[in-house]
Amino acid sequence: MALTLNEICHWIDQTALSQAIQVTKWAVPTVQTIHILAIAVVASSALMIDLRLIGVFWADRPMKEVTSRFLPLVWWPLLILLATGILMIIAEPARSLKNPAFQIKMLLLIGALIVTGLFQFLQRRNASFGDLRSGPRAAAATVAIVSMLLWSSIIFAGRWIAYFA
Amino acid sequence: MEIDRALGWLQATPIASAIAENEILFPWIESVHVLAIVLVVGTISIVDLRLLGVASLDLRVRRLMRDVIPYTWGAFAVAAVTGSLMFSSDAVHYAHNFLFRGKLVLLALAGLNMAVFHFIGTGDVQRWDTGTGRAPIAAKAAATISLLLWIAVVAFGRGIGFTMH
Repeated sequence: MALTLNEICHWIDQTALSQAIQVTKWAVPTVQTIHILAIAVVASSALMIDLRLIGVFWADRPMKEVTSRFLPLVWWPLLILLATGILMIIAEPARSLKNPAFQIKMLLLIGALIVTGLFQFLQRRNASFGDLRSGPRAAAATVAIVSMLLWSSIIFAGRWIAYFA
Repeated sequence: MEIDRALGWLQATPIASAIAENEILFPWIESVHVLAIVLVVGTISIVDLRLLGVASLDLRVRRLMRDVIPYTWGAFAVAAVTGSLMFSSDAVHYAHNFLFRGKLVLLALAGLNMAVFHFIGTGDVQRWDTGTGRAPIAAKAAATISLLLWIAVVAFGRGIGFTMH
């Protein structure tokens, strides 16, 4: 028997963990603070890579240097974001899972992951990707701008969850 | 109190009451505020982690600061403007909120820490800032204080939303 979203929300809401978070007043703001700090690392690291791709920043540094410093900081904190995000869902399942802002945020996140993966793929296949003299400038700038728009939109959608609840 | 009267006047200005009354203005301003603070915290920690000797060791501290800090300031300016706009919409309540007051103190301390590091602590920067040179203990202390203060700023800021109503 397939469960409806309402039933899933109700079931999560009744778990011991959800109940424990709900009665602990400081739990949700603390988890949200960790979530925001992790997104600070992700968004700022992505920004460094994106500005370098466009060429406004660190134009004299090889792309590979910038990527090896910052790309891991786009990927790894996603685990913290996932863990804290799941805790927030467990705390208030209906407020998140049934929320259009949350659903849009997840779609935008998939987009950001695809664009980041695409960048990594393009750089691996073509060593001159991101090279400001001989590399494909338009493609690099497009990837960078789409990445910046997606990460900003994810932050916006995240904040809007509170207003659709 | 005199101050409350001034804040009451601020709250009654057309811009402040528009933010207070319009349903989507506040969330939009708040979203920009979160995006800005995320970039402030993320970019300043790039410099702090270099000072601590954790990352970006291939760049000199002065070079990294010259490259990255302008983005920190730009994002901070946006955070200050959006923060002031949100404050104006409910000035009296914010001014009496413990976490809001604490956040202002933390911001002042972060500014003081930066000023001390910038005007006093970098006196011997020429001597140690060579290639992968390690920063002296005073610079590392400033970096640690900076990281802790900005983490606390995010935590206090997030807490304000939970204690205002």
